[in-house]
Amino acid sequence: MSARLIWRKSLNAFMLSLTGLCALLTVLALFFILGYLVWNGGKDISWSFFTHLPAPVGETGGGMANAIVGTMKLLLLAALFGVPIGLLGGVYLAEFGGRTTPFLVRYTADLLNGVPSIVIGIFAYALVVMPMHHFSTLAGGFALGIMVIPTVLRNTESFLRDVPSALREGAFALGANKWRMVATVVLPAASRGILTGVLLALARVAGETAPLLFTAFGNRYWSPGWMQPTSSLPVVIYTYATGPYEDWHQQAWAAGLVLLGLVLLTNITVRAFLSRGSSYERM
Amino acid sequence: MATTPNAATPAELAWSPRALLRRLGNADEIAHLVTLIAAATLLLITALLVFQLWVHSAEARAKFGWSFFVTRTWDPVSGEFGALPFIYGTLVTSAVALVIAVPLGVGGAIFLAELAPPKLSSSLTFVSDLLAAVPSVIYGLLGVFLLVPLMRTTIQPVLKKTLGFLPLFQGPAYGIGFLTAGIVLAIMVVPFVLSVSREVLLAVPRDQREAALALGATKWESTWKVVVPAARIGIFGSVFLALARALGETMAVTMVIGNNPTISGSLFSPGYSIAAVLANEFSEATGNLYLSALIELGLVLFLLTFVLNGLARLLILVTTARGSGVLPT
Repeated sequence: MSARLIWRKSLNAFMLSLTGLCALLTVLALFFILGYLVWNGGKDISWSFFTHLPAPVGETGGGMANAIVGTMKLLLLAALFGVPIGLLGGVYLAEFGGRTTPFLVRYTADLLNGVPSIVIGIFAYALVVMPMHHFSTLAGGFALGIMVIPTVLRNTESFLRDVPSALREGAFALGANKWRMVATVVLPAASRGILTGVLLALARVAGETAPLLFTAFGNRYWSPGWMQPTSSLPVVIYTYATGPYEDWHQQAWAAGLVLLGLVLLTNITVRAFLSRGSSYERM
Repeated sequence: MATTPNAATPAELAWSPRALLRRLGNADEIAHLVTLIAAATLLLITALLVFQLWVHSAEARAKFGWSFFVTRTWDPVSGEFGALPFIYGTLVTSAVALVIAVPLGVGGAIFLAELAPPKLSSSLTFVSDLLAAVPSVIYGLLGVFLLVPLMRTTIQPVLKKTLGFLPLFQGPAYGIGFLTAGIVLAIMVVPFVLSVSREVLLAVPRDQREAALALGATKWESTWKVVVPAARIGIFGSVFLALARALGETMAVTMVIGNNPTISGSLFSPGYSIAAVLANEFSEATGNLYLSALIELGLVLFLLTFVLNGLARLLILVTTARGSGVLPT
């Protein structure tokens, strides 16, 4: 073999292994993060973590029951506000749209999806907090809801488009008009994908901290109703991690593990559920 | 354009009150209308977002004008606000992030698209997608308690010893600062570079690879000289997308950047970013001018990411469409 060929072959082997290393490093990062959280936060997760209020500063123990419930309430509001708009908008794009409006909507959805979450927080502050003159669960849920819309909309559209046109034609042939066809044939056929899209969108906003800082704010106690500031897991992690007390840091690790576990578990189950095949044959 | 009453188009006819009423008698039209309203709500929300940012930053815009962007002082007490240190911090941390994340992400994407068997490729992509789903406050948590001490005791002293002649790596090693924030951002945006680059690489037609291999190129040569150039625009798109993410990322940066509005040539220096100052000061801002200056920062951040995202989508659209034969090459 000529020297040139040897050089080319070794460059080939070297660069290809380098790309493999890049992929490996990226993938290992996830396992490292997960492992480090389990190692640091695992021992602090106990029953009282889920059932007790935070202990007063200086006392050890206590839990994050209010933050967990707060996050659930925020997610419920986000779903109530964002999912209907995203879902119906997605139906419009896939079934009713012409040419120009859907393009505009799709492009705007992608751009809104890329808006930094802290800017969404300012928007919710200006629109909800300013008129009400105080922080509230409602404002936080509104901010998260806005972030849910683009994801749900784009997901719904793409899963509806995957439904074979033969199903649509079959419905028409049986005499259904368009909305019946959509409601009773196309939507059920795509329901699995749409549901996973909704869950993924909610899992994503469940970990959002920035838009909650000045909308839902924080609360060391229970937050009754929807008009009071509320605690939430991500904000508590931020406050505790940047706070001065060793005990807070421990709690932050535990809360981080719970949050990450929640988000990863949702992602894994949902994606596995999705890849197990669809309720119709792909054409 | 002048329209005469006699020359109404069918579309205009359809929107006359009587025609509208007749259309509403039809269930299909109602469904159309309801879904259209939902889609229009999205446009409305985006428009309202821009409007709110614009209106609520009016006071700061009127008072400081363009000098807002070149003033270094940020003094809430005396009411002087300049955005320069924050813009600087945002750009520097994002640049550091890209320097690390782009080679890593594109390299990984090349492996996943060109080398790995399909099964391995899809499961690794799955893991990378999961990495993208990790909440940013978790990155911040690891940043504060793991990366910052590591930077202070090991990485920064080593960098100073080896590359200390560069102005980039001078000054005391605090652990926090531009470099640390940039590294955390890099880990956060790698999954975006990786998955988008992988997609555009996969969109390059098979024949291109086979032609290069048939001419005697090695696998690496065919990848680097044929496939990557063909997917170049889409890879740029993925970089812009990552940049937009990095610019707007809040929590992880806030927790490790040091939160000090300084402009320094050294990456070891503590700094501040637009998103971080919003996170720290927004809920405590007293006085309308202070709040309005913060909202103007939000507007700047919004416009930056808006433009970058738009550009990125366009680039990705162009390459994937061309590869799949929708657009002529």
